[in-house]
Amino acid sequence: MNKILTQAFLDRPNSYVGKSVIRSNAKRLVQGRGTYVDDINLPRTVHLAFCRSPYAHAEIVSIDKQEAEAVTGVLRIVTMEDIKDYCTPWVGVLDHLKGLKSAPQWPLANGKVFWQGEPVAAVIATSRAIAEDAVDLIDVDFKELPAVTNMMTALEKETPVIHPELGDNLCFERDIEIGDVKAAFEEADCIVEETLHFNRHTGVSLEPRSIICDYNPADEMLTLYMSVQCPHMSKNLFAKHLGLDENRVRVICKDVGGSFGIKLHTYSDEMTAGALSVMLGRPVKFVADRLESFTTDVHARDHELKARAAFSSNGDLLALDIDDVTGIGPYSVYPRTSGIEANQVLNLTGGPYRHKNYRAKTKVVFQNKNVMCQYRGVGQPIAVAVAEHLIDEGARKLGMDPLDIRKKNFIHSDAYPYTAPSGAIYERQSHQECLDKLVEMVDYEALRQEQIEMSGGPILRGIGFVSLVELTNPSPAFYGVGGAKIASQDGCTIRLDPTGGITCSTSVTEQGQGTETIIAQIAASAVGVNIGDVRIITGDTDVVPYGGGTWASRGAGIGGEAALQAGKELRKNILKIAGAILQTDPRNLDTEKGLIVDFATRKERMLLSELGRIAYFRSDILPENIQPELIATKHFVSRSYPFAFTNAAHACHLEVDTDTGLVKILKYWVVEDCGTVINPQLVAEQTRGGVVQGIGPALYEECLYTGDGQLINGSMADYLLPMAAEMPDIIVGHVETPTETTELGAKGVGEAGTAGAPGTIMNAINDALHQRGAKVVHMPFTPDKILRALGKI
Amino acid sequence: MADLIAITMKINGEPVSATIEPRQTIADFLRSTMGLTGTHLGCEHGVCGACTIRLNDVTVRGCLTFAVQCDGMEVETIEGASESGRISDLQENFVSRNALQCGFCTPGMVLSADELLADNADPSREEIREHLSGNYCRCTGYQSIIDAIETTAKQRHERLGDE
Repeated sequence: MNKILTQAFLDRPNSYVGKSVIRSNAKRLVQGRGTYVDDINLPRTVHLAFCRSPYAHAEIVSIDKQEAEAVTGVLRIVTMEDIKDYCTPWVGVLDHLKGLKSAPQWPLANGKVFWQGEPVAAVIATSRAIAEDAVDLIDVDFKELPAVTNMMTALEKETPVIHPELGDNLCFERDIEIGDVKAAFEEADCIVEETLHFNRHTGVSLEPRSIICDYNPADEMLTLYMSVQCPHMSKNLFAKHLGLDENRVRVICKDVGGSFGIKLHTYSDEMTAGALSVMLGRPVKFVADRLESFTTDVHARDHELKARAAFSSNGDLLALDIDDVTGIGPYSVYPRTSGIEANQVLNLTGGPYRHKNYRAKTKVVFQNKNVMCQYRGVGQPIAVAVAEHLIDEGARKLGMDPLDIRKKNFIHSDAYPYTAPSGAIYERQSHQECLDKLVEMVDYEALRQEQIEMSGGPILRGIGFVSLVELTNPSPAFYGVGGAKIASQDGCTIRLDPTGGITCSTSVTEQGQGTETIIAQIAASAVGVNIGDVRIITGDTDVVPYGGGTWASRGAGIGGEAALQAGKELRKNILKIAGAILQTDPRNLDTEKGLIVDFATRKERMLLSELGRIAYFRSDILPENIQPELIATKHFVSRSYPFAFTNAAHACHLEVDTDTGLVKILKYWVVEDCGTVINPQLVAEQTRGGVVQGIGPALYEECLYTGDGQLINGSMADYLLPMAAEMPDIIVGHVETPTETTELGAKGVGEAGTAGAPGTIMNAINDALHQRGAKVVHMPFTPDKILRALGKI
Repeated sequence: MADLIAITMKINGEPVSATIEPRQTIADFLRSTMGLTGTHLGCEHGVCGACTIRLNDVTVRGCLTFAVQCDGMEVETIEGASESGRISDLQENFVSRNALQCGFCTPGMVLSADELLADNADPSREEIREHLSGNYCRCTGYQSIIDAIETTAKQRHERLGDE
């Protein structure tokens, strides 16, 4: 009996964990019945449009808004002077990123503009079209200043300082030196080195950033309808900077049309909308257009890295040495800062391997381009591509197979928990298992044979591999310790309703990943109800427990564990009441598919709906000492490790046309270990979507700036994104190494695809080009770069 | 402001008369005036395909079509197509194959797929991928969408075979 009583929750007869449950919320989306922010129309709504700087760096001499104000339908035009009493500036620093500095950022330009697209004036009108008409009539006299755009020269003496009060253009720098790197390189049999470039690109959520700010002066309450990943963080920041009581700010987040890390930062235009709603006492709606998205949604990457690796003659990785420079625009983005990406590059380069000597440096510099901050993968696509390129180069130089050199250097499976030279701690990884499984799926020998057969022709084939670690389930070590009010814990409340169904509210959020579905799977399993009888509530700070939301691959691991513990607590309460009604020891009872059953025989004893009826409407028939508590709340935060690292192995098979420079991806494989797989289909789809968001910047995507800071491809026609015709089928396999830090055992999966794909594509292209003695290391790998590498142009 | 223009059209089978600005797009008209918010605006310059609607049975970009151009015509949106039941099998396959995540591209994607299947009952995966080249999806990586459309074509083919 005892054995049965301690039966693991995942093995319960009622368990939905591990099953590809269909997302019930997809049904409304496929019929166009979703509710995105722009679909909401509140009474008395006014619309906001912005006059933005056409220059990357300029002084504002004067703003003439007279003609614009005369447009019928224009209610108010404001500049920073007008809203100074309604909003305080913000500074994007975190205490634990020592030395990181930034300048105060205002919602509207405060005398100077620092990037093309920075909002200068805001027009409030009765329609968006009228507001945009008026924007065209605002006459701003700018005095252009020299723009700092080249990150490689941003720190030179001759370069103007963007924010003179900061003293220089350095936002943040960090150096790591562990072991004896100098000696390792001196003693090495084989040294490889390269300078790699990672292009600036952006998230391009299909739904642009959108917000409705509804301030009701009668009850001094601000309600924000947002397209955001972190409702509680937004609640805190709007209250703080608009000078409101945080208890009187409510964030409602209905359907979110893609986010990918873009929608968790402080944006000037959104804060202006908040200030204007408070000023006017009515709802203000702002929906970015696509040009505004390209010039103001956070950009990502923009790194140049000098990297080298030392190997022994038998392929042991002896040392890694990387020197990174990254340009982040004119401000460190608030509140998560623009130092985190570089920090991740330093922390995670070479993650799967047991190298002992490690030197890593980064310089994070200001420039007059749009701001750069956390986007899906955060530094990891760079960390992975750099190390995996060096590993491949080492293998080539030593005449080893790329798979053999990886297997030789993986952290030994008996060495976990393992502390990497950067200080990152890995609980347990499965690199060897993932790579073995990957190779089985790929049929490596056949592809190599085919490659040799085609090597004389104009089409070269290549096979690329990477192994990677990926950070998920962050603890307070990510932001909280730095002073940011960004919750790393999440909560879940589950209530048994009189119907026998459950209503579950969770602080993790849904942006299409399937958060609501996996929470429903876990809650149904833990409480013991049919999944069709579970209702999930997310995205409303007045309703759900306080928590961080969904970012950094944390929804399943942290939000899921909270749901599991809440469900178990509720089940315990249910069984206590059932025991009283059935006059038996609760330990002899269990819940299953909406029933109270006998634990041993699994025979039905009563319906949960009957228990609900008695508890809610006829508690008079219960013993006096039983007060039914049919609601339970639990929270979870990672304690034992700062992060739960996942791992994966990727492979890509592609061909390079040496006449056109075009790359055609033939197939892509991933073996992913995210611990307990709650829903295999959703894990696979997160992986596929993530991979494609990594293929994009490897082959197509780049925010192209001129030397004077003008973005020249700010439309979807000019900024190339992966499309259906170019993308391959992606085969996904799973290895499960549950984290022992939670009962659920789940780690995150949202970003690992994006982390691995750029390096995999680069390695595959170079595996092809190597046959002609060429290589490419400057993303995106456009046809011109490939033809140049081949000496054809 | 230019003079307002009177238009009459059928939207999802229902007659509609309105007086509108000549510069208003059909997508804005559908969303703001008619409350048909299933037509989404992703780029407003004719690239992303989220605003795809049917005009006299041909798919068009709602953001590149002025409402006045639709005068006297029949407009069908995702709401109408859904309620007609014509694409319910396609929609069910999108849901069961998880061929959507955030759902923003989905109405346009479904209407494009509907058009393809009407023209080509047995498309290859390459033909499906080619046909969707006017519809961006940022979440799925497309494979699940291709699967859902392919499955729908096969199921329709099998049903025809049964009859």
